[in-house]
Amino acid sequence: MTRRTTWVWTGRAILAVIVIGGWQWFTTEGWVDKFFFGQPSEIWNSLVKLFTEGTAFGTIWENLWVTMQEAIYGFLLGTLVGVVLGILLGSNKYLSEVVGPYIRIVNSIPRIVLGSIFIVAFGLGVFPKVLLAAVLVFFVVFFNAFQGVREVDQNLVGNVRVLGASPLQVAIHVTIPSAMTWIIASLHTAFGFAIIGALVAEVLGAQQGIGLIISQAQGTFDPNTVFACMVIIAVITLGAEYLISVLEHRLLKWRPPNRSEAQAI
Amino acid sequence: MNANHPNRPPGAHEGAEVAAGIDIVGLTKRYLTPKHETFTAIRDVTLRVEPGQFCAIVGPTGCGKSTTLAQVSGLERPSAGSVRVHDQLVDGITNGVSYMFQADALFPWKTVLANVLIGPVLLGTPKKEATLLARDWLRRVGLAGFEDRYPHQLSGGMRKRVAMAAALINNPRILLMDEPFGALDVQTKAIMQNELLQLWEELRPSVLFITHDLDEAVALADKVVIMTSSPGTIKDVFDIDLPRPRGDVQKIRHEERFLELQGQIWESLKDEVTRAYRQSAGEAA
Repeated sequence: MTRRTTWVWTGRAILAVIVIGGWQWFTTEGWVDKFFFGQPSEIWNSLVKLFTEGTAFGTIWENLWVTMQEAIYGFLLGTLVGVVLGILLGSNKYLSEVVGPYIRIVNSIPRIVLGSIFIVAFGLGVFPKVLLAAVLVFFVVFFNAFQGVREVDQNLVGNVRVLGASPLQVAIHVTIPSAMTWIIASLHTAFGFAIIGALVAEVLGAQQGIGLIISQAQGTFDPNTVFACMVIIAVITLGAEYLISVLEHRLLKWRPPNRSEAQAI
Repeated sequence: MNANHPNRPPGAHEGAEVAAGIDIVGLTKRYLTPKHETFTAIRDVTLRVEPGQFCAIVGPTGCGKSTTLAQVSGLERPSAGSVRVHDQLVDGITNGVSYMFQADALFPWKTVLANVLIGPVLLGTPKKEATLLARDWLRRVGLAGFEDRYPHQLSGGMRKRVAMAAALINNPRILLMDEPFGALDVQTKAIMQNELLQLWEELRPSVLFITHDLDEAVALADKVVIMTSSPGTIKDVFDIDLPRPRGDVQKIRHEERFLELQGQIWESLKDEVTRAYRQSAGEAA
């Protein structure tokens, strides 16, 4: 480790100690009411309790699995539809002129409210959660794929067309790989949205899932369990983020290194 | 001087197509600007490129040189007039054409090898054969051993070589080059010009070569066409009777006949360049 990285890590540790320690201190001293704002040590206890004793709706693993399933299916569905529609509309001017305004209208409505409709329509099962997660993911991926197709180097398109490429071959060799940079960049944000979609839909109404645990904890004035769930989700999201970065690295290995990636935080 | 080479030289691939002549008659191209005004890029351009001839187009920036190429390739359709390649009217993409742009139109996500073999693959050549052919071409342009690199790992000159291999691998009847060496430094440019000449001698496609570098045009071409600016029309055509093979472009620059031709053509070009400059300066003021 160089001296610089040592200093960076020292700074990070100090920052964490100040924030978490300060939180703990303020709540212990009673300057901040721990009844409303929780306390780090209590959050830890809640975490331990969640993993050892489980919840009223089964073990934490079962609940976590349900939420993850919803998020992952939603992510895959939203990404698939987003990429296909994005590339289709990006490469077809007529289609994009016809459908474009509607997509903008749907994008401008508060989509999270759709969760209520999905739950009314499809009940308390997994499906409405997948649907809400997919809707949130779709727009992020769609706009990126669309833009990606628009940004394709026209020289490249001209080049393969002169070489005799059919429209399908232009898509395979130029449009899709070129849009891939944009699409993959959007996946970082998209997975976060998938988790949000699944959680919010669970809060709105569910039989199992982390969102349900959160809404239950809210009902019993238990901020510590809410924070504990946040920690669990944060760990999961960081893991997913890592996997997406690996995928990105694999698929975009042709890119020059040292280019600052637009990391979605 | 006779630039026609009806017999394919050795080194050309099997099934090679014969170089095609290009006949441009009364070619006019108008565009609609975003403000809904019509802009005439080129007007009434008439030009004939003999089969196997190397024709350079020189002119001030924005005189419609690139537009002319786009019409020949079939990427765009003329507003009036016609382009015939090999006595066939260009309607849609012309067969047997390769394009080389100033910006290297390489696929950044494909390796050097994959970039070169895209040509034959699009023509339906089996991947194995295409790979062999591509390796052979990379060797010919001096890039053996770089097959697995990505374009961003290469220098500007090397990327040009890849683009050249990619353009020539299909053994085109017509090679369209749009300021291909414009962005290179002087030394690299000279090397690339020599290599282009060498490869062209072997394959003998008809070449339409756009440049704003008069020396380059005279050193490489059989025929130099001067275009005027806005709208682009042909002002003068000069035949370059320097003997072939030309050899080193660096050396030929000092030959008497070269300087004589260069001087003549510059006389014709000079007015155009100053006029174009004044126009753009007037716009800027």
